Amino acid sequence: MKMADLSTITSAFQEIKNRAESHWRALYDSGKPVIMVGTATCGRAAGALEVLKAIRGELKRQNLNCPVIEVGCMGHCYAEPVVIISKPGYPSICYGHINPVITERLVKEFILGDNPCFEFVLGALEENDLVPSFSDFPRAKYEKRVILKNCGHIDPTEIDHYIAKGGYSALVKALQMQPEQIIEEVKRSGLRGRGGAGFPTGQKWEVCRRAVGEPKYVICNGDEGDPGAFMDRAILESDPHSVIEGMIIAGYAIGARYGYIYIRAEYPLAVERVQVALRQARKLNLLGNHILGGDFNFDIRLFQGSGAFVCGEATALVACIEGKPGIPRPRPPRMATRGLFAKPTAVNNVKTLAFVPQIINNGTDCFAGTGTEQSKGTAVFALAGKVVNTGLVEVPMGTTLRQIIFDVGSGIPGGKRFKAVQIGGPSGGCLPEAALDLPIDFDSLTNAGAMMGSGGMVVLDEDDCMVEIARYFLEFTQRESCGKCTFCRLGTKQMLEILNDITQGRGKIDDIGMLSQLAEDVKAGSLCGLGQSAPNPVLTTLRYFRDEYEAHIKEGRCPALMCQDLVAYYIVPEKCERSCDACVGTCTVEAISANKKRIKVVDQEKCVKCGTCLDACPPQYNAVVKLSPPSEVPGSE
Amino acid sequence: MNKKVSTTEEQVKIRQETKQIFKRFGKKRGNLMPILQKVQGKLGYLPQEAMLEIADFLEIPGIDVYSVITFYNQFRLNPPGRHSIRVCLGTACHMKGGYITLDAWKRRLDIDRGETTPDREFDLDSVACVGCCVMAPVTVVDGKPQGKVEPTKVDGLLLAFEHEQEKKSKNENG
Ligand SMILES: Cc1cc2nc3c(=O)[nH]c(=O)nc-3n(C[C@H](O)[C@H](O)[C@H](O)COP(=O)(O)O)c2cc1C
Ligand code: FES
Repeated sequence: MKMADLSTITSAFQEIKNRAESHWRALYDSGKPVIMVGTATCGRAAGALEVLKAIRGELKRQNLNCPVIEVGCMGHCYAEPVVIISKPGYPSICYGHINPVITERLVKEFILGDNPCFEFVLGALEENDLVPSFSDFPRAKYEKRVILKNCGHIDPTEIDHYIAKGGYSALVKALQMQPEQIIEEVKRSGLRGRGGAGFPTGQKWEVCRRAVGEPKYVICNGDEGDPGAFMDRAILESDPHSVIEGMIIAGYAIGARYGYIYIRAEYPLAVERVQVALRQARKLNLLGNHILGGDFNFDIRLFQGSGAFVCGEATALVACIEGKPGIPRPRPPRMATRGLFAKPTAVNNVKTLAFVPQIINNGTDCFAGTGTEQSKGTAVFALAGKVVNTGLVEVPMGTTLRQIIFDVGSGIPGGKRFKAVQIGGPSGGCLPEAALDLPIDFDSLTNAGAMMGSGGMVVLDEDDCMVEIARYFLEFTQRESCGKCTFCRLGTKQMLEILNDITQGRGKIDDIGMLSQLAEDVKAGSLCGLGQSAPNPVLTTLRYFRDEYEAHIKEGRCPALMCQDLVAYYIVPEKCERSCDACVGTCTVEAISANKKRIKVVDQEKCVKCGTCLDACPPQYNAVVKLSPPSEVPGSE
Repeated sequence: MNKKVSTTEEQVKIRQETKQIFKRFGKKRGNLMPILQKVQGKLGYLPQEAMLEIADFLEIPGIDVYSVITFYNQFRLNPPGRHSIRVCLGTACHMKGGYITLDAWKRRLDIDRGETTPDREFDLDSVACVGCCVMAPVTVVDGKPQGKVEPTKVDGLLLAFEHEQEKKSKNENG
């Protein structure tokens, strides 16, 4: 860029930054406590909006006018709704599991009084002598927040907050570099795509820069199709500008004119927040024509998906933006040379792009200094399922599964035994206890038959059936197959039917061989990653949990007591308490009645196996049990 | 294709409302998805009349519009109910009994996935992960994700709707 432009850019940005910083400082300079409420989707599902309303109401009743701001997701989703209070003289304290009643107490006792209400404290944001801080948590040893750093600490609808925290300074720095230089930096950092395949980002950009064709495009892939993952949602909802900044830098490096952010339809809040963020960036001339007064023109549009897993695949995604059914096409030609509207296009995952400003700002060494030889930097995982601390975690590549699940996630709740971890969603696999010491990076997981995928991690315990989870994923991929390739369309269907038979007690011993054969064929005979990886959940469960398949087939028994057709609920007469009616009242289909001796009995014909009675039976009696096979129920034939 | 809309009056209205939406769009094929989303946002579903209008506007065959609509999960061919129930069947929700929750909704509403109750009060469908897996099993009720929806909570939510209904009819009558 020309010298004259450079000084215009830096001075234009300086002005923006000064304003943003004074805006941010004003929040705290007032000397009033600042209250932050996490209102990302996860918080909302737990009642964060009610909490927000209650806080505002209580402050008004008390005639206090402290700033209340909505922030995104801090990653401590297990403790939602989460509220942070920064009161002068105290460390910033984060409270968990808040409800409107607790809110009232926090206002009365902490904001008005000086009792920090220790019983609701989750942790303090900084170290202090008063309350334990997050850095004292055992998980702090493993966590390293790079792209999650702002999440939950700024208002995602205020561009000034992002700028005050150092945002958009990487863009200014990048605009002063040659595009090739940026590509070189990204290459040197070793950044690999976080969308699943781990393709080197710098290399992709380089091909795209060199390709002929105008205009070029940058696409942010926010389809997040893995049905158990929420990292990209959390980032888009909590820190949308980090992704936008990454995109603008990518656009400059590649020589692109337009960008698209593709977000799946299931994420309405992410769509809303990104829309607001784009508007604000445009207003400050960080997007649009002559960005910051220089000669770079780049604008971003938001494109909303409409619910199709396969649209996460880059060629299908492009077809979708073009207004066609999302059906993948063979590569080459690669996207980087012939993508959207047949022009050179760089498609990158949300997280990949969010890393870019960090790399430009902190230098490649800082990024490359974490992680393993082949996989640099940190990885973000969405931890869900049977684990105590569900939520978002960001750890250096190379951290082991055991550290994530047991140290960061605090293990399995309810004293249950760990059975497997499902990683990589429908394209990944289920890894057993024996694989827990594998370091997580792009390559080691692939060797174990799973893959890192984009970061979904669902922990499974002894109550989860491995055949059922394989069946579940097959049902998903079978439904989501676009139907182009015969093996993917029909092979997954055949596999699903076999798995349905096994989980419903109609399995035959030859089925296992047939499944493995079909799995190999579908892998080999499919064009895109959907079909090529669809058999992974089946192959890994066959590899590590074959005994469960055999129990289903040979004995009609589900060892995890999960498959509905293979279990029965039974009330042990000796344990049932005559005077208790808990199960009768909660049974959703009136299948439980008391016999002459006031002992409760399940009518097996009526029972829909929803398990409500098991939860309702008071723990001191513990009379409801699940039996498999159902013929175990005394009196049945 | 979907059921014919009953009256010509309704058909005319659908055509008009669909055309209203075109004002904000150019005649580019790339606008098909955004137009479909906007029309569905307005009408709640995509009736045949709307599809034909859209095909006319973009100058593409009607079958292309239909093929896109049936490819994507979000598009509906049936009119929605007043309340929408979306049961999450993502991995976390499934493993925590989402399928049991879906069964409970089906049983109570007496309809299947993808259907609307005859009184058009509720429509039921599944969705693959709404991103709050930690609250599994999740049901999105009228756009709002509700955590830990097990069969008893299904009954609770339905009861709340009933109360609301009663209150409304009481207000109307008195
Ligand atoms: C069936 C299928 C689904 C995919 N879903 C996603 C997705 O949801 N998000 C994503 O970023 N990449 C997804 N990908 C990978 C993309 O094709 C592409 O590799 C990625 O967006 C490139 O970005 P990256 O280099 O930053 O990883 C999917 C691939 C396949 C085959
Ligand atoms: S699996 Fe249900 S919200 Fe993610």
